[in-house]
Amino acid sequence: MSEARITWVGGPVLKACATGPFSIFEALAVGERRLLGEVIQLRGDELVAQVYEDTTGLEPGVTVVGLERPLSVTLGPNLLGGIFDGLLRPLSRATDYQIQPGAAERSVARHCLEFAVRNGDILSGGAVFARTVASRPQSLLVPPWASGRVEALVEPGEHRDDETLLVLVDDAGQRHELTMQHDWPVRRSRPVRERLGVNAPMITGQRILDTLFPVARGGRAALPGGFGTGKTVLQEALAKWCDADVIVYVGCGERGNEMAEVLDEFPQLEDPRTGRPLAERTVIIANTSNMPVAAREASIYTAITVAEYFRDQGLNVALMADSTSRWAEALREVSGRLGELPGEAGYPAYLSSRLAEFYERAARVTSLAGAEGSVTIIGAISPPSGDFSEPVTLHTKRYVRCFWALDRQRAQARFYPAIHPLQSYGADVQELADWWKRSGNPDWLVQRQRVLELLEAQAHLERMARIVGRDALPAQQQVRLLCADLVNEGFLRQSSFSKVDRFCSPARQVAMLSVLLHFADRADAAVAAGVPPARLAALPMLRQLQRLGEEFSEDDLLRLRQLPRQIDYEFDQLQTVASHAG
Amino acid sequence: MQADLLLENAVTRIEGPLLFARREARVGLNAAVEVLAGTGPPRLGRVAALDETSMVIEVLESTSGLALHGTRIRLHPEPLLFGVGPHLLGRVFDSVGRPLDGGPPVAARSRRRIEGLAINPAWRALPRDFIETGIATIDVMNSLVRGQKLPLFSAGGLPHDRLAAEIAQRARLRGTQGEESFAVVFAGIGVPHDAAEQFRLAMESSGALGHTAMFLNLADEPGMQRLLAPRYALTAAEYLAFEEGRHVLVILTDMTNYCEALREVSASHGEIPGRKGYPGYMYSDLASLYERAGCIRGRPGTLTQLPILTMPGDDIGHPIPDLTGYITEGQIVLDRELDRRGIYPPVRVLPSLSRLMDAGIGEGFTDPDHPALAHQLFAAYARALRVRVLASVMGEQGLPESDRRFLAFGERFERQFVHQANARTLEESLEAGWAVLQGLPHGELTRLSNAQIGRHLGAEARA
Ligand SMILES: Nc1ncnc2c1ncn2[C@@H]1O[C@H](COP(=O)(O)OP(=O)(O)O)[C@@H](O)[C@H]1O
Ligand SMILES: [Mg+2]
Repeated sequence: MSEARITWVGGPVLKACATGPFSIFEALAVGERRLLGEVIQLRGDELVAQVYEDTTGLEPGVTVVGLERPLSVTLGPNLLGGIFDGLLRPLSRATDYQIQPGAAERSVARHCLEFAVRNGDILSGGAVFARTVASRPQSLLVPPWASGRVEALVEPGEHRDDETLLVLVDDAGQRHELTMQHDWPVRRSRPVRERLGVNAPMITGQRILDTLFPVARGGRAALPGGFGTGKTVLQEALAKWCDADVIVYVGCGERGNEMAEVLDEFPQLEDPRTGRPLAERTVIIANTSNMPVAAREASIYTAITVAEYFRDQGLNVALMADSTSRWAEALREVSGRLGELPGEAGYPAYLSSRLAEFYERAARVTSLAGAEGSVTIIGAISPPSGDFSEPVTLHTKRYVRCFWALDRQRAQARFYPAIHPLQSYGADVQELADWWKRSGNPDWLVQRQRVLELLEAQAHLERMARIVGRDALPAQQQVRLLCADLVNEGFLRQSSFSKVDRFCSPARQVAMLSVLLHFADRADAAVAAGVPPARLAALPMLRQLQRLGEEFSEDDLLRLRQLPRQIDYEFDQLQTVASHAG
Repeated sequence: MQADLLLENAVTRIEGPLLFARREARVGLNAAVEVLAGTGPPRLGRVAALDETSMVIEVLESTSGLALHGTRIRLHPEPLLFGVGPHLLGRVFDSVGRPLDGGPPVAARSRRRIEGLAINPAWRALPRDFIETGIATIDVMNSLVRGQKLPLFSAGGLPHDRLAAEIAQRARLRGTQGEESFAVVFAGIGVPHDAAEQFRLAMESSGALGHTAMFLNLADEPGMQRLLAPRYALTAAEYLAFEEGRHVLVILTDMTNYCEALREVSASHGEIPGRKGYPGYMYSDLASLYERAGCIRGRPGTLTQLPILTMPGDDIGHPIPDLTGYITEGQIVLDRELDRRGIYPPVRVLPSLSRLMDAGIGEGFTDPDHPALAHQLFAAYARALRVRVLASVMGEQGLPESDRRFLAFGERFERQFVHQANARTLEESLEAGWAVLQGLPHGELTRLSNAQIGRHLGAEARA
């Protein structure tokens, strides 16, 4: 391994004089504590590196060792259920409540496994060679770069995670010793056989998303919003209830307590699909706002690499990144320290291409081994003063398919989720309509369109009402306003803290929407028949409809589907009375 | 441990806060430095960069009066440390932990890095213990819990100092009689002398001065030290909380002065300025202070922060409140208009928020109907304010009946709920909340269940 000696150090950047060859982006171990670093510039004998940890105490003369590989993480069966720092080092094993810089002693885990291959089999990169025997079995993969004939194979059963389990000998006669884990450089995407198109939504259990702005499996969504508008709560809600097989949750430059919350809550919550604790399907990567900034920059790549690794096992993975703005800021900080020319708002000129590269790693694919898997990215954005015209929001918008804009006004009225229906969009709606058709709601596209039109009309009518007064609007329009309010209150509002309503199945979404649209139909007809709008606004059942999400749980679907009849009954009453009076 | 080293005549250049010197001894990055000149007290600094022959020292106090000759540098082998011990309480210090009250130095039980080390998120315990502040808008609608960081977003001329002192005097867990060991740490950052004195008097009059430690950087003291005062204060607070097991409330005021100093220092380093001239790393820098609040698994103490900042131009979108709001667990926003109308405390509830509230209220914590009441008050008041705008355009008479009732609610809410002459217990605050909802059409109280309406509001009074 090559060595170098520090000649200059300031903040997280150092210069060193090399006595052997180094390559750009090579990972480094710095000093006795083996602080992790990365080469960022090479000029003759001199290298410039950034260090991912606190550099206090470093001085000229200290040794820097090249690790002969780019910044990499170790992928394997130890990840699910764990919490890691931005460089995928476990945080839960630390013995001190404060984070001490430097490489921790590696500890060894054991897993029980069954082989999926036999001596003599020919394996290619990405193939599954074994599975762990556990309440939640995991596949062990041949690293993408290795292939060949299986030679030595250990007995099935319990093994250490650093033990050689089998040897592959490839055509060139090279031997590859495989353990449960392998390393992968975080900045490089893992190879796949083929990228696939949109086929199904990722069901989030959030009505406004699934029904109005659905995200596809393998899709990419951005979630911008000022502070306190609900980015984190929504990300956590998706992490809890979406129908992915694995969740990678990266807290990038955000609060420590939020990480602690996920860590505390997830083991106690049950995955509604498998009945297993949610923690078992989750990997938490935490680089909180007070942890070193350079590692914050890396944490996003670490997270997407972990997500790809599970995708390659044929799983559907959802990656929640909270917040991509902090990552962009870390990029800016590192760039500033290197003296690069700043662009818009001080961000480096390559901000846009970095964002593109990151979101491009989301996809539905056929893996090298032929399995179908996906990575869906949900990226939160924290725009300064909540202004969406800043560079990170604008550039991200170019690369995502879904834009879920959080609105301060809604959040302040505690109307959650505070996604603004007129500023948000989902671009894969046509493709996803087929899925809804297959799942028993051929009318999804039409219903969705009606809701959006109603909300659009509401914005327009409210402007009018502000000038002439609500009572002065034509009766038809007053009723449209009433119905739009109802859709907001009864359908779009959904509290993540309500035990009944925090998750809404597609079936319940369809039932609720059908009820509300039925009400709208009857209301339109009633006004057309001369019923005054004030009478509609006084209908006793309105209150129940406004609290629809709260009052009808997943177990009340039958009762919910009866509601249109009650609506009919109340309207029939109303119209009888009206025609008698008239 | 290496001994301290004294360098004479090593300084080669002085530029703003930076001192360039020959590196005539071994020293590491961030090592603490004392700069000695003439007979004045030593000035603190740290090694900001170094190469084989020279080093850059960032002086953390004013450099005025320093000369190339005669300036001596004492190098310490470690970064800046603060010696903390059991006798911190009842004392007044300057911004770098030197006694200001004429008393002896504090006998150090341990020496801790003033920068602190990041708390491992896996070691954090979730803050859940509701603190009763006696203020209805906080207790009912933006509850504070132990271990939270909840700033006051204020503006020049608003009564944030009074509010902070009241909270510091009263804040207690429900059901305890103040028997638990608590402490207050006050960091005055660029505050006027009388503001610091008023706080001291308030603590004295409530008999809590013996539980209080004050760190003062007064308005007429050098800007550089504004960056140190909160760090020394938080180092003391961490010791009191996590080593001595106390429930510590830290008041940091005024964080706007802190950020101004940060901008000044960044400019003098020649760094590329970010939004409004503040450095691009201000978010991370503020986080290194605010994230020092919390609870730790297996340790009895807690560290709660109540930072105060004055929003420049009353603008909540200004980088100082904006970045703070992105880091802290909510904010309490004070409002000039409410203040002008004589409403105290002038809390504007809509932009206020407590993010940890959901974990600390409701069934098993406060009252089972507390969360629903809070949400209903928010929703109704938001509507009242919308109607108020309409009424100002078309007159009250042009409004439909239900809107007029919301208009009246808005007034009641501000006069009878937000405004309070004395501290209220949580029960009294909840009661006041239900009382102001009386008179709204029940059909429109969509955040309350029928059962909750029945329990607290009774049958609807007909208009
Ligand atoms: N979907 C939701 N359901 C219920 N409450 C919510 C929801 N979204 C946000 N909130 C409330 O708003 C607060 C702030 O939300 P948070 O996600 O932390 O904001 P951000 O991450 O955008 O700063 C939360 O503490 C919670 O009280
Ligand atoms: Mg957040």
